[in-house]
Amino acid sequence: MHELSITESIVNMVSDEAKKRNVNKVTKINIVLGELTGFEEESIRFYFDVLSEGTPLYGAKLDFKKVKAEFKCRSCGMIYNRGNFTFKCPYCGSSGVLIEKGKELYIDSIDVE
Amino acid sequence: MEIKIIKDVLEANNNIAEENKSIKDERKIMMVNIIGSPGTGKTSFILKLIENMDIPCGVIEGDVASDIDARKMAERNIPVVQINTGGACHLNAYSINKALSTLDFEGGILFIENIGNLICPSDFELGEDFKLAMANVAEGDDKPYKYPLLFSKAKAVVINKIDLLPYFDFNKQYFYDGVKTLNDEAEIFEVSSRTGEGFEVLAKWLKEKYDEYVQGK
Repeated sequence: MHELSITESIVNMVSDEAKKRNVNKVTKINIVLGELTGFEEESIRFYFDVLSEGTPLYGAKLDFKKVKAEFKCRSCGMIYNRGNFTFKCPYCGSSGVLIEKGKELYIDSIDVE
Repeated sequence: MEIKIIKDVLEANNNIAEENKSIKDERKIMMVNIIGSPGTGKTSFILKLIENMDIPCGVIEGDVASDIDARKMAERNIPVVQINTGGACHLNAYSINKALSTLDFEGGILFIENIGNLICPSDFELGEDFKLAMANVAEGDDKPYKYPLLFSKAKAVVINKIDLLPYFDFNKQYFYDGVKTLNDEAEIFEVSSRTGEGFEVLAKWLKEKYDEYVQGK
């Protein structure tokens, strides 16, 4: 349920931007969302419909660009994504380290009329 | 027409978190954000830890409802402020900002007991010096794999209820591997709030961190 406060932020930030640029209608909001954040796309959409009512954002499409977390193998150096219950390298089975990717949550751009 | 924005959605929260940082730094407070699931033993852990600390400690208690935990702290004359989120699943920087304005405390460690939850609190910066992630033997060894964000951000990781090890199939190696993959720098501590095991080591480490913090200011 913490998507509620996040969606409020999205609505406020985009509304401010629309006002600043004299935009009457926002048609699409492009959001970048990392796999490691605890935010769930469907919940954001659900809250968005309610929270955006009466704003230039109402009816806008939410587009999520998902970013997967990446790990670098300590042994063979390959970059890989995680398995379900393992962080081990799928190529050689060794341990890896998380590289800074997958924690993103930002508004990339908006489409306006 | 497309307009580029590139703005962090958590910007508003992060700005207040920065403000909290300067408020607590003026008061020489090192702030530790404690995150763990409901029932992992956060409150009894904090009580036990404070018993072992020889520097002043205070607590900000976050709960959805009730002041049961805050009363336990107050009974022992620990400076405490209760935050009730009224349903929200995490503390945010604004709630800490308000708590700091009412708490009469300076020169020591301030523990924030976040809402019992391994997901939401990890996303919201409060202005803390670092996060302490808590897991326990009874809830299983897979927590780093299921809640990677928390363990990737925590400077200290505590395995609580270590006295229960003989009774559960908790694979320590699997847990340690998970944490170290996410966060090579994390210090891992094994404690039992019931027996007191491990607290001396943790208290010593925290004292060192506090001394480093004060010297850095």
